[in-house]
Amino acid sequence: MSTLTLAAELAYWQQTSIRAVVGLVAVLVPAGTLVYLFLFKMMSFMQSRLGPMEAGPYGSLQLLAEVGKFLQKEDIVPAKADRVVFKAAPFVVLVSTFLLVLVIPGGPDLVFIDVDTGIFLALAVSSISVIGILMAGWASASKYSLLGALRATGQLIAYELPLVLAVMGVVIQAGTLNMQGIVMAQAQGEIFGFGGIGSPFIITQFLGFAIFLVAVQAELTQPPFDMPVAESELVTGYLTEYSGMRFLMFFIGEFATAGIFSALAATLFLGGWYVPGLDPTDNLFNVIGPMVLMGKVILVAFLIFWFRFTYPRFREDQLQTLAWKVLIPLSLVNIVVTGVLKVVF
Amino acid sequence: MTATTDAQQLAYIAGQAADARVNLELETEGMTLNIGPQHPATHGTLRIIVRLDGERVIAAEPVMGYMHRGYEKLVEVRTYPQVTTLVNRIDWLGSFANEVPFILAAERLMEVEAPPRAQWIRTALFELSRIANVVLFLGDMGVQLGAITPVFFAFRDREFVLNQIEAVTGGRFHPNFDRIGGLKDDLPKGWIVETLGVLDRIRTFCDEMEDLVAGNEIFQARTRGIGVIPADVGLSYGMSGANIRASGVDWDLRRDSEMGLVHRELDWKVWTHPDGDSFARYWVRLQEVREACTIVEQCLEGIPSGPVMAKVPRIIKVPAGEAYVETENPLGVMGYYIVSKGELVPYRVKIRSASFNNVSITPWLLEGVYVPDVISILASLYFILGDIDR
Repeated sequence: MSTLTLAAELAYWQQTSIRAVVGLVAVLVPAGTLVYLFLFKMMSFMQSRLGPMEAGPYGSLQLLAEVGKFLQKEDIVPAKADRVVFKAAPFVVLVSTFLLVLVIPGGPDLVFIDVDTGIFLALAVSSISVIGILMAGWASASKYSLLGALRATGQLIAYELPLVLAVMGVVIQAGTLNMQGIVMAQAQGEIFGFGGIGSPFIITQFLGFAIFLVAVQAELTQPPFDMPVAESELVTGYLTEYSGMRFLMFFIGEFATAGIFSALAATLFLGGWYVPGLDPTDNLFNVIGPMVLMGKVILVAFLIFWFRFTYPRFREDQLQTLAWKVLIPLSLVNIVVTGVLKVVF
Repeated sequence: MTATTDAQQLAYIAGQAADARVNLELETEGMTLNIGPQHPATHGTLRIIVRLDGERVIAAEPVMGYMHRGYEKLVEVRTYPQVTTLVNRIDWLGSFANEVPFILAAERLMEVEAPPRAQWIRTALFELSRIANVVLFLGDMGVQLGAITPVFFAFRDREFVLNQIEAVTGGRFHPNFDRIGGLKDDLPKGWIVETLGVLDRIRTFCDEMEDLVAGNEIFQARTRGIGVIPADVGLSYGMSGANIRASGVDWDLRRDSEMGLVHRELDWKVWTHPDGDSFARYWVRLQEVREACTIVEQCLEGIPSGPVMAKVPRIIKVPAGEAYVETENPLGVMGYYIVSKGELVPYRVKIRSASFNNVSITPWLLEGVYVPDVISILASLYFILGDIDR
């Protein structure tokens, strides 16, 4: 936003408050939309039922009703729990979500911070949630929670690597770590000389996209990788002892992170805020960019949630086998091929 | 405070001591985890105490009885017609099947035989309750493993079967329809045609489940080779039903014994699977649902006409004697051993329920498996708590 020139020069506190509000909106609006569209409606339609229909037209205000319900619940902390760590855990998980949204561009000038190592920062910051989950599981003083947290830690660390390696192919092809640079590379690139639709990296990096989606599914602890919250085994794993507002923070955090990772995937592979056919430096994109990005987020999130509601879950060792023995070699192959083709062409 | 007798107090203290002993023993090594009694994975209130070493089970002990309702005692103060209402609730998913062995045993003691039409309708309802029961299992095993969608289809298609049962008997879950000497009522008009349509729906459902669940790679990775029960071990623990047929034992009371229903006059197949793992148990039950559809079809197309009730006195006094009848219920072999002293109420009824024996294999079976596999194995054994605890 510091590069945006406005008609009037705003005071520092005004700029900061606008940034804070936009930041909240950027995290919560995708979360709410995804919760409604996919959790309430798509899952229900897949299971031959309607889903919430009462609160608001077609149940659209259900999430607000749920927030209200959670707000008025009793604040329960288990007797043997470590109070400080227990209360801090949801915030740590949310922190990583909010930090992730800092680098995602919504338009040519709409980005919170435009650092040269944008994607590197995003991937590094996404690991903070692991600490939050471990805190939650340990502080709950319950064997179920501890089991869930340990499973989660192993899983999340294992799937960080395919996530990073899948992105490496994109970075090699774009030639920059800067997020705006990656969008521009897709906007202005050409596929074998044909420049009509730019060069969305999903076409050349289809393997990377597939690996990225699988790794994102695991990072979000969604089925088929939801061992940490395996409902039929551990009740809710590391979340078991959380109720009321704290549970809601985890819940919203999960969907917000899903939205942010989808935005990341959309930016890296689908072209971000760019629509083919228009001039990427046009000021029009500052207006429609966020909406274009939101549309692509919904597309990617559709895939993520479709897998979530269909597949049974992997066992922990099968999960680890998939990460270490299948995804990492595949992503390494992807990097090698990308590098070779980049040099050749 | 309720007044408790000395015996009850001693029993309570002994129970607490047993718990403490188990905890003490298990505390020295690894972590003791209580799966249940309130737990989404156990079909009801089953408690399994497992001692874990990391994610591996070192020892497992099932604790049953949280749902004991005292059926065998309750039956002693009810007249024979009143017992069928009670007995519906033992295996509450396939409830007509619970009445059948009891009625057959009582009929044997009274030396009364139900007319052919009643026997054929009994068989059809027996197999319909098998379909209702096992269809739920097909969806439910998905849920235990994390696939949350198939169970909704299972419930939806099961509704059609329950509607058919309700059309005949008046009750979706608890029919209370079998009587000594026959059935309470005849079939309503149009029921046969409707039921044939419902069977087509169930066949479509089975095809869907075979494709979406049994054919799913993750499902197969979670169930193939997990919880293998060799045939001799299974038989020594008294396992029955689809569990033992999935270990390769070709034994089905419907075909191998004179049960009292008309299965032996129909053309159908007993399904077995050589592997004995969780996938085999799922697969065998899937085929059994299809086979049950075939049986119901043949029953409905071949029902003889005639009365549905034999000549039986209004006040039923079963002559003195003992009789034991076993049938191949949806969960396994269920048997009733009735001891009668010639009165209005039975003197003693021993209920042999399939799930009790099926669960007794868990200490042997769960040794050395991972915690997620515990859930997969329990789901594939398919017990119902009402059947275990009675």
